[in-house]
Amino acid sequence: MRKCSLDALQALFAHVNASMALYLPVDGSDGKAVYQKWSEGARWSHALNTVRSPKDFFFPQTEDLMKFKTAGKSIEIVDVRNAAEDFVIFGVRACDVKSFEILDRVFLTDPVDSFYASRREHGTIVSVACTRPSETCFCGTFGIDAASPAGDVSCWKTETELFWQANTPKGEAFLQLIAPLTEECGNEAVQAQQEKTAAVMKKLPLAELKADAFGGGKTKEFFDRPEWSELSQACLGCGTCTFVCPTCQCYDIKDFNTGNGVIRFRCWDSCMYSEFTKMAHGNSRLSQKERFRQRFMHKLVYYPENNDGLFSCVGCGRCLSKCPISMNIVKVMKKLGGE
Amino acid sequence: MSSCEETLIPKVGVITDVRIDTPDIKTFRVVTPDGKKAFDHRPGQCAMLSVPGVGEAMFSITSSPTNEEYMEFSIKKCGCVTEWLHQAEVGQQITIRGPYGNPFPVDDVFAGHNMLFIAGGVGLAPLRSVINYCRHYRDRYGKIDIVYGSRSKEDLLDYKEIIEEWTNDTNVNVHLTIDREQENWDGHVGFVPNYVKELGFSTDCIAVLCGPPIMIKFTLEGLRSLGFEKTQVYTTLELRMKCGVGKCGRCNVGSKYVCKDGPVFRFDELDELPDEY
Ligand code: SF4
Ligand code: SF4
Ligand code: FES
Repeated sequence: MRKCSLDALQALFAHVNASMALYLPVDGSDGKAVYQKWSEGARWSHALNTVRSPKDFFFPQTEDLMKFKTAGKSIEIVDVRNAAEDFVIFGVRACDVKSFEILDRVFLTDPVDSFYASRREHGTIVSVACTRPSETCFCGTFGIDAASPAGDVSCWKTETELFWQANTPKGEAFLQLIAPLTEECGNEAVQAQQEKTAAVMKKLPLAELKADAFGGGKTKEFFDRPEWSELSQACLGCGTCTFVCPTCQCYDIKDFNTGNGVIRFRCWDSCMYSEFTKMAHGNSRLSQKERFRQRFMHKLVYYPENNDGLFSCVGCGRCLSKCPISMNIVKVMKKLGGE
Repeated sequence: MSSCEETLIPKVGVITDVRIDTPDIKTFRVVTPDGKKAFDHRPGQCAMLSVPGVGEAMFSITSSPTNEEYMEFSIKKCGCVTEWLHQAEVGQQITIRGPYGNPFPVDDVFAGHNMLFIAGGVGLAPLRSVINYCRHYRDRYGKIDIVYGSRSKEDLLDYKEIIEEWTNDTNVNVHLTIDREQENWDGHVGFVPNYVKELGFSTDCIAVLCGPPIMIKFTLEGLRSLGFEKTQVYTTLELRMKCGVGKCGRCNVGSKYVCKDGPVFRFDELDELPDEY
C-alpha cells in the first residue's frame, strides 16, 4: 500500500495526466458531480457519486459504428474504429466498479463487442472507498462492500491522506507511475476507516434490504404477479431510470444521412419506451406495465439466470433519486419480495 | 485494432436476381461483389440486411445451405427497409451480416424421421431452407409432408418451385390450400389449421410450423388434438432485432434472446418463456 497527502493530489493528477488522459468527478456549475477530463485547477468533487454513471467511458451514449459511401448502386463500408488511447478514471465508487463486471458479461462474451472491448482494455479504473454512504445506497444488498471497492487500483481517503492499493497488473503499472509522488505505508489507517464505514452502512435505511427472493429460474413466480399493475401505474415511460443506471445496456442502431455519406451509429435505448419492441405489424409489449416489468424482471431474474446468479443492479441508488414519480427497484423488490 | 472482427460491421452484398412471388413478396438473390456466398449458414438461421441510410432488418435465409452459389431471401413488403428493397433493381448493392440464431436440428434430431412442414403465407420462407435441405439429403429423412396455405393462389410463395419440383419428388406429399374459392383453382379451399386436422397426420413424425401467430396457435391445437406432443413440434419466431447477437436487449423474452437462443424453438421450450413474443 502507498499513500500521499491530499495536498499533493493536484501535483499527482498533473503527473498522471501528462502520460494519459485522467478523468475524475468534478462539481458542475449546477453543483452536481460529473466526470470530467482533468485540467489545471480541476477539483475532485466531494459528492458521494456522479449523476450519470461512468458507463459512458466504455459504452458511450452515442458512438459511430461505421460509415457508408454510396454511389449509384454501389456501397463502400468504411471502418471508423480507431485505436483507443490509455486513460484513467479516478474516483469510481464500489457500486459502479461492480457495474463494469455486469456490462463485461454482455459486451465481452462471444462475439466480443470490439468498440467496448478496446476502451475497456485501455482504461484503468481507480476506485475510492465511500465514507459517507447515503440513504439511497444499498450496494450491500448485492454483496458489494463500499469500504473495499474493486478496480485496478483501490483508494481510501482520510481527513489528510489518500491511500492506494493495486489489485491488477494494470493497477501495478499505475502505482509505478505515481510512485515518485507517493510513499510506502501500512494499512492501519485504512482498516480503521473501513470499520467506521461498516458501522455507518449498518445504520442505513436500506441496510436490511434482501434480494434472496429473486434470481434465475423465477420467471413463472414473478411474471404474472398482480402487483405489476399497481407498481407501473404512474410510470411515465421517460427512461430516466435506464439512462442513469450503470448496468442498463440496451442500445439502438440508427443511420444518419450527413448529405455526404451515411453514418451508422449506436445510442442508448430503453426498454421503458413503447418504440423499443414496436414492429411493422404489432408490439410485443403493449402497455407500460409490460415495459416496466421487463426492466425489473431483467435485472432481478433474467440476467441472474444467464450470469451465475449475478444481479443486474448494484444498488447505486441513482434511480431512487432521479425517477420523477419516485418509483424504483427498491419499491419493486419490497412489494414483490414481501418486504 | 481496426482490423479485428466486429460482428456489427457488415459485408457488401449484391442483388443478382429479383423474383416477384406474390403481390407483396419478392425473393432476392444475394452474393458478395466477387460473386460468392457471403457466408455459410444452417437451415433456420437469419441474416441482417441493410440499406445504408434506411436501416437494417433481420430476415430468415430462404435458400438451403446446400445451395453453394448464393443466398435467397423472400421478403414481404412491410416497413421502411422492405419497401426500399422492393424498389431495388438487379445490381443494387446492400449490406449483409450473419448468420444469426440457432438452426433447426436437421442433422441430429430430425435425421431418420418423417417430417411434416406446415406453413402459412410468408411463413414458408424460413421453412423452404429446411425443406430443400431435407430434399437434398433425401435418404436421411422418411416421408415428407408439406402443408402450405395462403389467402389466394397469387399469394402462394415459390409456386413454380412447389409445382415443378416438390410435387414431383418421390415420397414428398404437397398439400396446398387457399382461404377462399377462386377461379382456376381446383385444389383444397380452407384455412391451414382445419386442413391439417382433415388430413389427420399420424404422430410418427416431427412437425415444423411457421406462419402468422393466429395460424400457429390453431394449428398447434389441431396437432395436439391429433395426439402430437409439444416436444415434437418446432417453430421459428420473429421479433424486432437490432444487434443479432444478444447484446442490444431488443429481442429479450424471459431469459432468452430470440436472435441468439432462437429463432427456432420447440413448443415445450416456448412454454417456459413468458407470453411476450
Ligand atoms: S437499478 Fe437503480 S439502483 Fe440498481 S444499479 Fe440501476 S440505477 Fe442503480
Ligand atoms: S420508473 Fe420512473 S424513471 Fe423509470 S421510466 Fe418510469 S417514470 Fe421514468
Ligand atoms: S437483436 Fe439485439 S439482443 Fe437480440
